[in-house]
Amino acid sequence: MKKQQLHNNFNVVGKPAIRQDGYSKVTGKAKYADDYRFDGELYGVMIRTKASHALIKKIDYSELNENRFIKAIITADDIPGSKKVGPIKQDQPIFCADKIVTPGDVVAMLVGEDVKELRKLTELVKIDLEELPVLDDPQKALENDSILIHPDFKTNLITHYPLRKGNVEKGFKQCDEIIEQTYTTQLIEHAYIEPECVTAIPGEGNLKVKIIGSIQNPFTTRKVVASVLGYGLNEVEIIQAELGGSFGGKDDTMNILSARAAIAALKLNRPVKIKYEREESIIESYKRHPYILKYKVGFNKDGKLKAMKIDLLADGGAYSSMSSFVTWRSVVQATGPYEIKNVHTDVRVVYTNNPYTGAMRGFGSPQPIFAIESLMDEIAVKVSKTPFEIRKLNGFKQGSLTASGQKLTGHEVTLHKVLKKAVEVSSFDSKWNDYKKASGKKEGAKQSYINDSLILNKNDFINPDQFWRKGIGLALSYRGCSLGAEGIDAAASYVSIQPDGTVYLLSGLAENGQGMKTTFSIIAAEIFGISPDKIVYLEQNTSRIPDSGPTVASRATLMGGGATKNACEELKKRLIKLLVTIWKLKSGKDLVFVNNEIILRSKKSKRIEFGELIKQAYQQGINLATVGWYAGPKVHWEEETGHGSAYFTYVYGCQVAEVTVNIGTGEVYVNNIWAVHDAGKVINILGAEGQVYGGLTQGAGYALWEKISTHNGKIRENNFDQFLIPTSKDIDAIHPYFIEGKEKYGAWGGKSLGEPTLELTAAAIANAICIATGQRFYNLPINIEEMLLRRKLYPESLTRGSTS
Amino acid sequence: MKINFTLNSQNVSIEIEPNLRLLDLLRDRFNLTGTKEGCSIGECGACTVIMNSKAVNSCLILAGQCNGAEIITIEGMESDGKLHPLQENFLKSGAIQCGFCTPGMIMSAYALLIEKKNPTDEEIKEAIAGNLCRCTGYKQIIDAVSQSAKEIKINT
Repeated sequence: MKKQQLHNNFNVVGKPAIRQDGYSKVTGKAKYADDYRFDGELYGVMIRTKASHALIKKIDYSELNENRFIKAIITADDIPGSKKVGPIKQDQPIFCADKIVTPGDVVAMLVGEDVKELRKLTELVKIDLEELPVLDDPQKALENDSILIHPDFKTNLITHYPLRKGNVEKGFKQCDEIIEQTYTTQLIEHAYIEPECVTAIPGEGNLKVKIIGSIQNPFTTRKVVASVLGYGLNEVEIIQAELGGSFGGKDDTMNILSARAAIAALKLNRPVKIKYEREESIIESYKRHPYILKYKVGFNKDGKLKAMKIDLLADGGAYSSMSSFVTWRSVVQATGPYEIKNVHTDVRVVYTNNPYTGAMRGFGSPQPIFAIESLMDEIAVKVSKTPFEIRKLNGFKQGSLTASGQKLTGHEVTLHKVLKKAVEVSSFDSKWNDYKKASGKKEGAKQSYINDSLILNKNDFINPDQFWRKGIGLALSYRGCSLGAEGIDAAASYVSIQPDGTVYLLSGLAENGQGMKTTFSIIAAEIFGISPDKIVYLEQNTSRIPDSGPTVASRATLMGGGATKNACEELKKRLIKLLVTIWKLKSGKDLVFVNNEIILRSKKSKRIEFGELIKQAYQQGINLATVGWYAGPKVHWEEETGHGSAYFTYVYGCQVAEVTVNIGTGEVYVNNIWAVHDAGKVINILGAEGQVYGGLTQGAGYALWEKISTHNGKIRENNFDQFLIPTSKDIDAIHPYFIEGKEKYGAWGGKSLGEPTLELTAAAIANAICIATGQRFYNLPINIEEMLLRRKLYPESLTRGSTS
Repeated sequence: MKINFTLNSQNVSIEIEPNLRLLDLLRDRFNLTGTKEGCSIGECGACTVIMNSKAVNSCLILAGQCNGAEIITIEGMESDGKLHPLQENFLKSGAIQCGFCTPGMIMSAYALLIEKKNPTDEEIKEAIAGNLCRCTGYKQIIDAVSQSAKEIKINT
């Protein structure tokens, strides 16, 4: 495929650049958390129970008395500060003392030198439990007589977000057509390839403890560890090791593991490492929320949407974690990018004994997007329009009002641009017509849905080749950038030019593999007119840079990019001022920083090397280091009505999926996905394309294969032999396209891409499958069983595969 | 027990316990931490190394099986300070994100290039199908391997 060329006036921005961390990663020299070794280090191994919900009557460690392999048994009694933590509600214990609420719960940690022996010894701990009834169905969580997961809260409701706009009942009365539909999405695991690992090292002097680990949000970890230990933030230092994937997943879990390691390290005055095996990683770490999504939509014969009633229920599992933020994004975006006068949305998230759910790439958007984009195609069928036409008719334009009443202005609303581009590059309309006809359905744009089974009769001979069908589907979204009204939104970036003209760079955000270090280096290189390889990005350490909030919500490029640009421009201002004096200019407006030189545009012979200018600046005593700061503008939200300016800017995306389905066997092959995204200015082109390829692949896994299933709260799929993520053979071709919509925020308008790429793919694939089979599937993942039986199959026994 | 083998072109000899995995031998005894552990059951491929010209999951190989074998790890790919074409092209193609799968991925690709001079994209996909990557969607990795095959062919 011919690569898309981005046209711009930049020298470095938008051009391929080698990753900052590339050399160390291709040579095996990059140090991930488990690659650090410390003299005298000990290991921590967790003690769990077999229960999903139980009172702890007694824990008997007597068989471990005098055991030579054990240096300490750490329990809740060893915690000097907060015994429970959590980003919103402090409901999650570091160690459970009196109650188990989910199978991932940990009651104690054995610490010693030999990790293999410690693992064996966990069997010798006798835990006397009084089992309680298990609540594993979120639909029963709010019933009056439901058992309570956290009785102190007197309800299993974690959060309820209402949103009211217009009058939805009146709206339905004025409609020609109404469709009501229920969709479900599944629990899934982040499946970062590196399992959790952290080491806590006793500090020296005033620094009480140093922590190095696979940590997504070092400042959040610092806050949790400091609170658990009862220390000041400046007494705890968090260093981010090279991070082997996160996707939102190495936050809460890592904060708790870091606290456990720190408690033990300080008690024993030795470094303590915790390294999870894959099975315990999957059992204990949080996951993506499963949703039950009920939609009722009213529209006119021409397809114009009039009223929408939405009821979403998310399973938060045993702990609240980020649930209240995840579901807030859902309430903002539940209608999709469509203008609707009357909207009535309720989003609830509840406690159950299931594995807890929290942040995962997409963060409350992949679920409603699957529902609303399926629904839009159903509406199109009813009114004899194409998927393109129905979205073109209802999609947001410049100045449209969102469901929360926010007017979309101040940035370019490119929804129709991305839609048009995606339809063009994929030849959507003609393929859609052809495939629909081939799947044997009625004429024109009208399509009926058969609800009988695809299963063959017993005597039918199955020749799979006669059942191949092609399908094509699209999905469209808008997405609020960064944290929005969730919280304070600001970031820092430190830039320091050395006497020889080389540069140090460090931002308060974290490199999670996405390529942020490279993106920020490109920004600095562009402003100084130097090559990105003149920049060394420093180690991520909470003692060296201001707290910049978490690296989440696809906010790094927007917020950290803005901070980096501000820092570099401040230093550039100082350099220009100096050069104006040296060259006796009236102003610096004709000075250009390019190709390692500063050139006077009006008189090209007047030039100075960047390094030479820096040398002179040092001789003059000019400060060439600064911390840049970038704060987002104010946004607001009214909790009772769901009104407000949820996010200060948005991005838009459209994806088209082309699939081949065998309607006899239920196999689905993803042949092509075209992804058109407006992420604002594309700064790091290789990184941006990588986000598209990776995000779509995760989205395809969500659509077709990935599922964590539970039985009485216990996870069945606890390693990669059972939890299937896409391999190199599962997706054929991905075609990324970027539309650079005008934007005033961030570095030259560089916005968000990581999550937008993922959130659309399952919806596009589901719509494509519908065209291929003539049947609509309402429950993710659309795996073989779903396709053939319209239900999921589960193993009878929990002991299979790698489960021991 | 004592074993002798070739590790990244060096003859080595070491006393080991019979139940030691090759993965632990490399990481813990030789401090070659470029080889990663992701699942411990041979599903993710992060621990892939070359054993007698074949790609193997070092979590499924006992160290004792390496007696007399030739083992190559990611640390053995750079020679005389020069990156292997696979490493170069992983950099140029943007084939790396978090990088945790990268060493194993490069070793599987290397095994393919030992066996096939002109692999097709399908053969490349097959060769790395046992290496899970959650970040990249594989596309830029496949490009990097394909480009490397072309360059190696020209230079040999």
